[in-house]
Amino acid sequence: MRRITYREALREALREEMRRDPTVFLLGEDIGRYWGGAFKVTEGLAEEFGDERVRDTPISESAIIGVAVGAAITGMRPVAEIMFGDLTALAMDQIANQAAKLRYMFGGQVKVPLVIRTPFGGGVNIAAHHSQCLEAWFMHVPGLYVAVPSTPYDAKGLLKSAIRGNNPVIFCEHKLLYPFEGEVPEEDYTIPFGVADVKREGEDVTVVATLYMVHKALKAAETLAKEGISVEVVDPRTLTPLDKKTIVNSVKKTGRLVVVSEDCKTAGVTAEIAAIVAEEAIDYLDAPIRRVAEPDTPIPFSPPLEQYVIPDEKAIIRAVKEIA
Amino acid sequence: MLNLSKEKLVEMYRLMVKIRLFEEKVFELYAQNLVPGTIHLYTGQEAVAVGVCSALRKDDYITSTHRGHGHCIAKGADVKRVMAEILGKKTGYCKGKGGSMHIADFSIGMLGATAVVGAGIPIAAGAGLSIKLRGTDQVVACFFGDGASNQGTFHEGINMAAIWSLPVIFVCENNLYAMGTRQSMVMRIENIADRAAAYGIPGVVVDGNDVLAVYEATSKAAERARKGEGPTLIECKTYRHRGHSRVDPAKYRPREEVEAWLAKDPIKRFREKLLGLNVLTEAEIQQIDREVAAEIEEAVRYAMESPYPAPEEALEDVYA
Repeated sequence: MRRITYREALREALREEMRRDPTVFLLGEDIGRYWGGAFKVTEGLAEEFGDERVRDTPISESAIIGVAVGAAITGMRPVAEIMFGDLTALAMDQIANQAAKLRYMFGGQVKVPLVIRTPFGGGVNIAAHHSQCLEAWFMHVPGLYVAVPSTPYDAKGLLKSAIRGNNPVIFCEHKLLYPFEGEVPEEDYTIPFGVADVKREGEDVTVVATLYMVHKALKAAETLAKEGISVEVVDPRTLTPLDKKTIVNSVKKTGRLVVVSEDCKTAGVTAEIAAIVAEEAIDYLDAPIRRVAEPDTPIPFSPPLEQYVIPDEKAIIRAVKEIA
Repeated sequence: MLNLSKEKLVEMYRLMVKIRLFEEKVFELYAQNLVPGTIHLYTGQEAVAVGVCSALRKDDYITSTHRGHGHCIAKGADVKRVMAEILGKKTGYCKGKGGSMHIADFSIGMLGATAVVGAGIPIAAGAGLSIKLRGTDQVVACFFGDGASNQGTFHEGINMAAIWSLPVIFVCENNLYAMGTRQSMVMRIENIADRAAAYGIPGVVVDGNDVLAVYEATSKAAERARKGEGPTLIECKTYRHRGHSRVDPAKYRPREEVEAWLAKDPIKRFREKLLGLNVLTEAEIQQIDREVAAEIEEAVRYAMESPYPAPEEALEDVYA
């Protein structure tokens, strides 16, 4: 099968959905023909679809999302880009109070088919305003879906589902994944929300990981395999809805759970998944749950500082060995 | 008079009376402890909602605020279902999930009331963008208050509508107070419409208690918007007859100021104008008032007799 990058996979999903459905359009800062997106995801799309459908905006995150909400409730399918995940804070009212709640407040009268693409994650030394993983914020808002694709295949299939769906989606990308290559078929496909993917099968310990951490978990699993520990890596792919069943079934098989995420530990992604397993599968656990997450600090700038706070392969290996 | 037909003028009068009697009835029900939560009455500002919505087509959109009952009724909402929603009943527009501050009726282009001050401004711009991309000639009227004009969304939303020439009419209902905060405490300018210059769009000040002045300004703005010439900011100077919300006796307003504005009651003024121009007779006006009062009584009966939603319906409508 052909191999393309995560960035190309996202761009293909946007292009194919825009060709398929004239109500799909893109808006965001510097996404158009002059820049092609800060991470070049939308490069070339303005040339094909024009400046009306690939719309450069002022630096006004709140209005980018507000305008997208207004378009979504009147027949369009906007895909908004927020240049860095941290900047979703500027648009939080429109995301959490408007996009997420309009359908509910209005008694189901309206759908909000809106996708908000934004890159999270550290590892590129751009400090506290451009590096945080904030997926958990959005998991805490009923009415939103949260997608966390870790591979080009997942990125394309999930983005297509997000665009075709009828709910607001926070589509979390990871900066380090944009150049990452993987197999993606030529033909049209979608990946449903709420279906986890077992990225590696194993018997001894379940590791649940998302986004870039999936790849660190897979490397850790490879290393651990050489030491005789068989690790199963489960990638939820969407955090809302969350495929509890696949996670719980894996834990029932292995009896051991490590949850890995790049967000901070308190009230984070790992906390939620650990709580679910504690609630639904504690009788199957042969050891305490371990969480590998960031300490509760902003993301620091200097490389040794940043490397210290972002979970690495060694931390995953350590956590697995503690309970294996 | 603006070449409006008698039929249209009568309809405008009827709508204003309908809003007034509806709101007075809501207040009465509240006093009897029949209204859960809070209420923000539109009493005194009827000329704005009716002047604006009467200048729109049925397929045009509006966005509304926490003080939104008047906007809904002016756009053509069924008062039975508005009242039922305010009482938290299953037959309300939002099946009891929204209440007084979140009424919507998408079937008449009423895109809903948001209770975050200023949040509707970019949403209205987005509906305008949708119109532009879909290539229809609808327009959007976006209602907000003087308080909202100090939100960042005012700047971001109006600027975006302006740069893209979106068909949006920004209607600032300046009732002089953001809750208890007098306009002069929070801005150096007297006319919020002056801010339009910063976005390169027309800014118009109108007497918000004169329904025909509001109608005329809106018609011009709508015509401009339909021709693709972009948004207009209309500031309607008006006054709420009651406090901000149900807990507010509005003691921060000087008595003379209140009395001066009560003397400029928009319904009284319009009634006198219609009588003076022989559009309606005293008897016809009384007849309309009686009919509207009966319609409101019927809405109350409907709302009171309607069932509450089943508790577990709280779990529905989160996702599509």
